[in-house]
Amino acid sequence: MDPWERPELLLAPAVFVVTMLAWEFVVPAFGVEDYVLPRPSQIFHALRTQLADPLFWGHLKVTVLESGYGFLLGVAAALVLGTAISQVRLIERTFMPYVVAFQTVPKVALAPLFVVWFGFGMTSKVVMAAVISFFPVLVNVIEGLRSADADRIQMLTVFGAGRFQVFRMVRLPSALPFIFAGLDIGIVFAILGAVVGEFIGAKEGLGYLLLQTNYNFDIAGMFAVLVVLSVLGLIAHFIVRFAQRRLVFWAEENRVIGT
Amino acid sequence: MGEDRWIEVTGLHKTYRARRSEPTHALSDVTFTVRRGEFVSVVGPSGCGKTTLLKILAGIVSRSQGTVRVAGRDVTGPLPEVGMVFQTPTLLPWRTVLQNVMVPVEVRKLDAPVYRERAERLLAMVGLDGFEGRYPHELSGGMQQRAGICRALVHDPAVLLMDEPFGALDALTRESMNVELLRIWRESGQTVVFVTHSIPEAVFLCDRVVVLSPRPGRIAEIVDIGLERPRTLGAMASDRAGFFVERIRRHFNATGVIDS
Repeated sequence: MDPWERPELLLAPAVFVVTMLAWEFVVPAFGVEDYVLPRPSQIFHALRTQLADPLFWGHLKVTVLESGYGFLLGVAAALVLGTAISQVRLIERTFMPYVVAFQTVPKVALAPLFVVWFGFGMTSKVVMAAVISFFPVLVNVIEGLRSADADRIQMLTVFGAGRFQVFRMVRLPSALPFIFAGLDIGIVFAILGAVVGEFIGAKEGLGYLLLQTNYNFDIAGMFAVLVVLSVLGLIAHFIVRFAQRRLVFWAEENRVIGT
Repeated sequence: MGEDRWIEVTGLHKTYRARRSEPTHALSDVTFTVRRGEFVSVVGPSGCGKTTLLKILAGIVSRSQGTVRVAGRDVTGPLPEVGMVFQTPTLLPWRTVLQNVMVPVEVRKLDAPVYRERAERLLAMVGLDGFEGRYPHELSGGMQQRAGICRALVHDPAVLLMDEPFGALDALTRESMNVELLRIWRESGQTVVFVTHSIPEAVFLCDRVVVLSPRPGRIAEIVDIGLERPRTLGAMASDRAGFFVERIRRHFNATGVIDS
């Protein structure tokens, strides 16, 4: 491939390298102390130390499980309630005002309450992750199930399809692009929910580890945990995107034109 | 049920009632019959209710008054004896061409293996063999509409309803689709009701043309097209064909409506 055709393939990594080099060598020249803003080499060292520590992997596992369970729980609830709201007028009119009202509450503010209710263990974080990932998925499920093309529904009706067949053959596939947009936001939110929950009260998890390094004034260690959290978010995002490409293969953006 | 009265529409009225607006009188006292195996088209200016008439035959729009019988049955909902082709192909983008054609079979829970063979035969008949596994976006507009025709025919319906099926195609594709449709009709023997606003298209295709007046649609005339079959596009330039086109067009000029 001609590199001049896709210059971003060179420029994007170049920005990373230049930023790291500047951070490593230019920032200390301005008198910024290492314990305030550690250099990339120190962060890398802290990261290696963390990765070699079995305790760290325990923290990582806890956060992954909390956000994973929370995400699955939130998505399941959003799929059920979203389907009911979009398909049954009475349910929509009964529950929608509460959904809208609850949606405006900053969910993060509920974390202390959940810790009181569900304790310092994983449950309170799972609930936090579930609640926070629930709404973006719910909104997209409702919107998606309503997005089905009226002509396609009419076509199926002419050929004798009932309500459930219309749902299965047109409404659900039409909703998939929306649902995946919701999942993509929801999975990142789930990690956020788990970490915030761990901030409030926990004995393990990456959020807990972040607070520990903070108390110890181990700023390089904090950065190392942040790097791990970013990578975790990226992996989660790519898992959703991968599933989306397999399932929503017909969407415009996946259409290959030319070479 | 008589073969002469395969489709029977008697005293049909349709009024759309919408909240907070005047009711719209779409069809008024429409009466006609279609023989089994006949190719009939309905022409009229935009908004004359011809699509409404077709939707009533398809069982997806209720009538206000009158009786509608198709293949000896009162139309109270979508009948399995009916297949329909729409203004746009309306294929499902997440299904392959073959899966799209099989939609009526799946919906009616018919014997899939038997009808899959028929679907493949139909696709081959319209020149789409080899495209069974492709997705709709890989097909041209004309090819998509041909798949739509196969879908309408797959469950071997007694009646084929077509709602301006070639309106969205360019003129050349449209002409070749007309020729192809006549061939399919000759081979499959369906009774066809074909809605169009193109008078030459109606004359080329049909045994009889039901001319509807502007809204509310009522029958202005039913014209027997006495042109021998098989017809060719060349025959459309003949004086006799021109005579029928003129005779139908007169109805719209008389009411001040210029048909496109």
